[in-house]
Amino acid sequence: MTGTKREAHASLEKRAAALEIVLRRKADMPKNFVAEFTEHADDAWITANGAQMVARAWTDPEYRARMLVDGTAAARELGFEFPEHHRNLVVLENTATVHNVIVCTLCSCTAYTIIGAAPDWYKDLDYRARVVRESRTVLREMGLDLPATTEIRVWDTTADTRYMVLPMQPPATIGWPVQKLATIVTQDSMIGVTRLEQVKG
Amino acid sequence: MKYPSAPHNESWRPLVRALQAFAIETHICNMDEFRHAIERMTPRHYISAPYFERHLTAIATLLIEKGIATLEELESLVDGEFPLSGPLGPGRLPFAPQSFAIGETVRVKNEFVSGHVRVPAYIRGKTGTIVHASTPTPFPDAAGHNMQAEMEPTYDVRFRASDLWPDTSDEALNHVAVFQSYLEKVESA
Repeated sequence: MTGTKREAHASLEKRAAALEIVLRRKADMPKNFVAEFTEHADDAWITANGAQMVARAWTDPEYRARMLVDGTAAARELGFEFPEHHRNLVVLENTATVHNVIVCTLCSCTAYTIIGAAPDWYKDLDYRARVVRESRTVLREMGLDLPATTEIRVWDTTADTRYMVLPMQPPATIGWPVQKLATIVTQDSMIGVTRLEQVKG
Repeated sequence: MKYPSAPHNESWRPLVRALQAFAIETHICNMDEFRHAIERMTPRHYISAPYFERHLTAIATLLIEKGIATLEELESLVDGEFPLSGPLGPGRLPFAPQSFAIGETVRVKNEFVSGHVRVPAYIRGKTGTIVHASTPTPFPDAAGHNMQAEMEPTYDVRFRASDLWPDTSDEALNHVAVFQSYLEKVESA
């Protein structure tokens, strides 16, 4: 944040509360809407959803093939949901020589019902402006130093298609059961700012 | 009117997230109107505002523009200043439908319009290849201005970073989801 002082503005708490009052009074917002929405969002829209999809893809070649053709259907198959305006989920497959990374340069769109709410850095102007133009440098700064031979594919979420990265399975985890595999899949790996190959068995 | 005691103990961020969801779910506004209301914030306010303050400001602006609230009402509720986004300008309708194939080379129109537009500046006028087509969605330049927004496909278009930013970029394949109306055919030589 800059040091800009905006003392004349009412506090954010007051402004947010005022909007809630107006929506309750004049747009018939149910009394419990905020509490119920928040509980649902916090409980249902979590990184573990995408992690389960990834773990399933690692262990079930047919699911993996379906997922790469139609990510939306693959998510629904496991019971995960989308808001009305997330019309497509496209799954991007990392390989030994291809690395995918996602961003939204215009705002901060993400498949939040599948990979969880975007982290703060994903919404920062710095990440949004730089990862498209200096992808290799930004990834290195974030701890992912890719070989020069790795092809980087950047995906800018500028329409209502949402993306997630399918990371490569760490060799040390071959043979693990699905539920154990799901525990090693991080949100960063599905955004594409990290890879998982180094995970130890 | 005095500001009432806080309705619950949530912090303001999840509250704003829920209010935004309610506004979208009940069609008080659509996502493009919401995004454009954020874009209409004054630059200094936009840059200095935390993420969810931008959401809050957009919702307040739209509630007033839709006739659900007045500024006086909001300011009396907060007993202070309630900054809003700037006024809504004209939008534009989609262009005549055209079709593109996977693998086809296309050019992004080099257009700069004042209203809501979902084509990032860095691909305008640039040439790329279509790698994926998605189901039709409302044309944002119309939807963001409460105009009749025809549905049209979006295409994932692949560009070379070195074509977008000669000499200054890390080499990569940059993919951008582009609405049909933003694209034009490239005549083969």
